[in-house]
Amino acid sequence: MSSDNAAGGTTAPAIPSTHPLVTGTVGPGCAKVDPIVVADGVSRTFGGLTAVDVAHLEIPRGKITALIGPNGAGKTTMFNLLTGFDKPNTGTWNFNGRSLAGVPAFKVARAGMVRTFQLTKSLGRLTVLQNMLLGATKQPGENIFTALVRPLWKSREAEITIKADELLARFKLDAKREDYAASLSGGQRKLLEMARALMSDPELIMLDEPMAGVNPALTQSLLGHIKNLKSDGTSVLFVEHDMHMVTHISDWVIVMAEGKVVAEGPPETVMKDPAVIDAYLGAHHDTDLGDLTGGPNLVEDARAAAEEVHEHKHHKEDKS
Amino acid sequence: MDWGNILGNAVGELISPTTAAYALAAIGLGVHFGYTGLLNFGQAAFMLIGAYGFAIPTIEFGAPLPVAILCALIASVLFALFLGIPTLRLRADYLAIVTIAAAEVVRYIVTTTGLTEVTGAANGLSGFKGTFAASNPLPDGTYGFGPFTYNSYDWWVRIVGWGLVILASVLVFLLMRSPWGRIVKGIREDEDAVRSLGKNVFSYKMQALVMGGVMGSIAGIIFILPRAVQPANYTTGLTFFIWTIMLLGGAATIFGPIIGAMIFWVVLSLTQGVLYGAIESGFLGFLSTTQAGQIRFMLVGLALMLLVIFRPQGIFGNKKELSFSV
Ligand SMILES: Nc1ncnc2c1ncn2[C@@H]1O[C@H](COP(=O)(O)OP(=O)(O)O)[C@@H](O)[C@H]1O
Ligand SMILES: [Mg+2]
Repeated sequence: MSSDNAAGGTTAPAIPSTHPLVTGTVGPGCAKVDPIVVADGVSRTFGGLTAVDVAHLEIPRGKITALIGPNGAGKTTMFNLLTGFDKPNTGTWNFNGRSLAGVPAFKVARAGMVRTFQLTKSLGRLTVLQNMLLGATKQPGENIFTALVRPLWKSREAEITIKADELLARFKLDAKREDYAASLSGGQRKLLEMARALMSDPELIMLDEPMAGVNPALTQSLLGHIKNLKSDGTSVLFVEHDMHMVTHISDWVIVMAEGKVVAEGPPETVMKDPAVIDAYLGAHHDTDLGDLTGGPNLVEDARAAAEEVHEHKHHKEDKS
Repeated sequence: MDWGNILGNAVGELISPTTAAYALAAIGLGVHFGYTGLLNFGQAAFMLIGAYGFAIPTIEFGAPLPVAILCALIASVLFALFLGIPTLRLRADYLAIVTIAAAEVVRYIVTTTGLTEVTGAANGLSGFKGTFAASNPLPDGTYGFGPFTYNSYDWWVRIVGWGLVILASVLVFLLMRSPWGRIVKGIREDEDAVRSLGKNVFSYKMQALVMGGVMGSIAGIIFILPRAVQPANYTTGLTFFIWTIMLLGGAATIFGPIIGAMIFWVVLSLTQGVLYGAIESGFLGFLSTTQAGQIRFMLVGLALMLLVIFRPQGIFGNKKELSFSV
């Protein structure tokens, strides 16, 4: 019934009550069949402002999950909390069943949960290649004593250099290999940061607005990279404002507003959730969408994109 | 003016133990600031701790040379931990504030009259050179050529001092080309980025702080071998000179601190010779030699200003590397 509606795409928006990724019914904070991250009661306040107040959240394993929401919704803060860069007021969470509450950021990364930053953090006075090599793991030369004896770390260095070069080529940064990272453009720095994070083969990569500032031509290939990550078995959680992108590549969408998870679901249907429209438009959701700029276009875009995806899918089905 | 003498003295500074001590302290500061980005404004305190840490066990307990050196090293490691544990998790400026304050605190401690028995208070310490002199394998007598003519002890101090400078430089070279060096340089650029890549940033900063501090304390030992221990030598002025030397040569370079120290002392010696000569021969009759001494350091300040304006990367630094303000 409701799933029929969603597939039809023409009638009133409705959310399917079940989904293969979900145990039970779909809704904010719903339990996943195979979650990689499970968070409970995570809250963070800044003075009087509650930036994050998430009762329950699960991120599916091996899927691409988009975390969307208007500016100030608490997405970046949530990233910071989950990865140990900020401390919550309350809450627990685990990654692969291992509790990560109170675990320092570097140990979170070592556990296989690596994040990038909304404001890029490329290491300016290191070359692009050095930036990449920093992302590698199991380099014995990172120990101060082993570092003194080159033969002890030379072979690992060669291995990770090969890996770095492959990634740089994939991200079209190979020509910049020997340049200082400070000489890269904003978009190239985003790419470098993402490539660097991939050096450690993380189980879950968390990208905070990876497409911001990346030129449209590259965006397409970046989308391809993210899809490839999934086929390699990496789980992806990313924050993005471009709804086309969200709908095209994500398997699951989590919507935050004012610190809370207000909606969840597959991209085709979540955009039609009244709670999402509410989140983006606030109290004006009954106003004519065309009268507003920014937010409404976002929702419109999302709807259009969702429809596109549907048509595409149907098309494929027809063919087969 | 006796130009021969003035030039001879200046050239002698090239290999003087004091120059070696300043170079070594600057190499340590380079590890802190140049490579790791740690703002240590208390390098004088590490030198003080090296000096007293070596002299006190030698005088009080007749400690053999290696034991006295070990005492100095352990004291400086403890001092680095004491500074680092509360501050290295915080923003960079906290270390700066704490080091500058701690340096003054230790200087006041060794100067207090209550500790006269141990530290000699304002008079400092002497009579600690015996064990080092006894380790000298060189034959007695005075040898060398031209301005480089010294007695056996003076040669031994120079050989050991510069040997340690070379050793420290090689150590820094080996570390900074290694993955360890990549991490500390990454921390200098943005420690959160390095943290996000799974590196224990606190531990690396601590390792760098300890290593640079130990170099400072060894520099403190070399510094006192040709003279007595004088608490007045370890003011923030000393820290400032070490910074000048490091910036002069280039903060993140191998040869920078060495060449920086040589230039610093040669220029100080030359200006002293010329100013004193001019005063004696009546050109600058209105100046006293004390005033001339002050003028030398004003010139050092001026030189540093010109350096920062026209060659901010120092003599050996890479202009391209520094042109990115991060
Ligand atoms: N360090 C901070 N200090 C004070 N307020 C903060 C801080 N970080 C985030 N906030 C506030 O928390 C809210 C959520 O911010 P953020 O997580 O960056 O949102 P998003 O990434 O979804 O745009 C915003 O209102 C922001 O102003
Ligand atoms: Mg954000």
